[in-house]
Amino acid sequence: MQRLASKAWLVLGLGLWLGVAGSGLAQNESVTTGAPPPPERVAVPSTSTADHSKFEILQKEFASGPEVTAACLSCHTEADDQVMHSIHYQWKFDSSSGQTLGKSEVLNSFCGNVAGNEPRCTSCHAGYGWDDMASPPPAQSNAVDCLACHDRSGQYTKLADAAGHPPLEPVKAGAVTISGQPAWAVDLAKAAQSVGQPGRDNCGNCHFYGGGGDNVKHGDLSSVLFEPSLAVDVHMSPEGENFTCSTCHVSDQHEWAGSRYEVHATDPGTGKPGERRDVATCESCHSADPHPTSLIGMKLNDHVDVVACQTCHIPEFARGGVATKTVWDWSTAGRLSPEGKPMHEENYVQGDGKALHTYLSTKGDFEWGENVVPHYAWFDGQVDYTTGDMEIDPSEIVEVNRVHGAREDGRSRIWPFKLMEGSQSYDAGFNKLAYAQVWGPDTDTAFWTNFDWSKAIEAGMKAAGSEYSGEFGFVDTHMYWPITHMVAPASDALDCVACHAEDSRLAGLAGVYMPGTDTMSWIGILGRLMVLGALLGVIGHGLLRLVNRSKGGSHHG
Amino acid sequence: MANRIVKVFPRFERFWHWTQMALIFVLIFTGFGLNGVHGLIPFRMAVTLHTVAALVLLAVWIFATFWLFTTGTWKQFLPKVEGMLEVARFYAWGVFKGEEHPYRKIFWRKHNPLQAATYFALKWMVFPAIWGTGLVYLAYNFWEPLPNAVFLLKIVANLHLLAAYVIVTFVILHVYLLTVGHGFREHVKPMVTGFDEIELTPEQEAYLEQNEPWRLKH
Repeated sequence: MQRLASKAWLVLGLGLWLGVAGSGLAQNESVTTGAPPPPERVAVPSTSTADHSKFEILQKEFASGPEVTAACLSCHTEADDQVMHSIHYQWKFDSSSGQTLGKSEVLNSFCGNVAGNEPRCTSCHAGYGWDDMASPPPAQSNAVDCLACHDRSGQYTKLADAAGHPPLEPVKAGAVTISGQPAWAVDLAKAAQSVGQPGRDNCGNCHFYGGGGDNVKHGDLSSVLFEPSLAVDVHMSPEGENFTCSTCHVSDQHEWAGSRYEVHATDPGTGKPGERRDVATCESCHSADPHPTSLIGMKLNDHVDVVACQTCHIPEFARGGVATKTVWDWSTAGRLSPEGKPMHEENYVQGDGKALHTYLSTKGDFEWGENVVPHYAWFDGQVDYTTGDMEIDPSEIVEVNRVHGAREDGRSRIWPFKLMEGSQSYDAGFNKLAYAQVWGPDTDTAFWTNFDWSKAIEAGMKAAGSEYSGEFGFVDTHMYWPITHMVAPASDALDCVACHAEDSRLAGLAGVYMPGTDTMSWIGILGRLMVLGALLGVIGHGLLRLVNRSKGGSHHG
Repeated sequence: MANRIVKVFPRFERFWHWTQMALIFVLIFTGFGLNGVHGLIPFRMAVTLHTVAALVLLAVWIFATFWLFTTGTWKQFLPKVEGMLEVARFYAWGVFKGEEHPYRKIFWRKHNPLQAATYFALKWMVFPAIWGTGLVYLAYNFWEPLPNAVFLLKIVANLHLLAAYVIVTFVILHVYLLTVGHGFREHVKPMVTGFDEIELTPEQEAYLEQNEPWRLKH
């Protein structure tokens, strides 16, 4: 059947990289204890024609990350240049809407902003030594971190507060890695000799911990995806397709398909055999008619022009035992114990048994959710942000980002989102979102050190180069995170009645007529009255006949 | 004039009637499930059954229409005002007094005038309305790019629903009226066996004896 309607194309590809800043900025929310074993890693079958452990240049002691990079570049001559132009390195994205976005630019409703919190936030930068957001990332070749993505020994990591450098011998007491574990000394030679294509762990070590802890930010990217069960992710599960992130997020010269800021608007579906794929969409493998050629399959295929694959096939997010943060109220942060010490409360136990903070003096109150039913909205792929220079109306809920799209535009589809509710600081004089410096153990200004918002905001605004009125307040915010990971097996896809019923998941969504949702329409009421009238009529008629017959009528029927 | 047991409903007509009945019941049950009136059947199964039953019924209707016109049976369904008032008066009044039904079946007129008018309206208005809107509804994805498609879909869906409620109302009255007069069993029997008691003119009798003896029970 010719699909006349234009389609809003489904693009996976939430730029994974946006998960990074939070983990850099914040303390890990999960309560970790115990000794620091390097985590077990995901095996990826290698198809390489080179065994890097046989390369002489890698058979030596390395004293730093950049030394390893220099050795890599002696063969991979263009890699540094490629990486440095990528969003993983620049943290900047020029949106076609005209906005300059990216981690270095935007504010969010989690840890807020990178500026002013650099060595912490930039611990997840794909480089070494970016300690000032006011300057561009380091430009020397060996500042690129090859190992973060290519280490296959499993023991490479980055310190949580060292602008991207790994923990090396001797490891400082109390040092923590980017994924919130007590740090161990990385063996750089072992890492260098192990390199290969990225596994789920390479990406996940940053992206699964965005927002300050496991699954805090995205909701559909958690440590569960290191080794997911089939039920959590049918593609990434070792019981399933055992995909790595880059199976879908295909790359070309260190640029990856899939962006959360600008989702691909078109995708012709399956390409010719062997044809290069440049998008991380479902259709790029599954085509635009993915369901079997049965009556129901055809009916389901009829949905794909207005319903994103994710809407039915990711029935809930934050599955598999790791919760996601759904509410973050910064306005209550700073409450100290009677002894004047920072406090914490752990009133949420997630599926895997781990207790999570529900209050921290450093961060305020949180709420968590597991198996969360998404928020649904029409989405054409375009996301824009309330950046730090834009005026806001503090009497209303401020949308930190907005997803564009409508039924009528012919390009949008109904997508699932994680709706993040927040309360965060704003400049009450200029009515704009505020930047805050929260991290800075050696400073007098950082909120986590001194619990003084006025100093923290003043320092944050200064670091971001944003004019500050001197007054601040807290404003309620919403933020939308497209859900595209944790695709469930087909048998777990949403049942029809999840939407085709009164008060269903899509209740209130404009621009749809769905059978089953409006049985009490005025035709429905009229019809019921008509049927009721007929029933009463025949019952009355029948009774009258009975009465008259018993009166001695001569009817013979 | 003589009362004879005559085959008034040939095999195809009976097959047509009962297939139609079964399919309409499937359609009513699944359709009102889809509409949200009841939740007795899973939505997905209801979609399948409703679609298949509708397409089968359409096929049966195409055959029936062909049969009606080639056999001349279509004339049975032409409404006539003559006698209608008497029948209406009977249902509203006479039936309570134990009067006889005013209509006498004749060979070329199996239906009483009210019945014929009802079937005429069904065949010419309600059935076309339901399968017309149903097909348009089913083919939504072909015309979805039209401006205001969602609004049009809502109109189509509600017209379909209205026609469905009219059919339910018809079914209630149709079944009830079978109990009036000679009684439910007597009324259903001809549609099962094909034979009914009919007043034949001597000429009709002679013709049938001569040319279509299988129509007459001896």
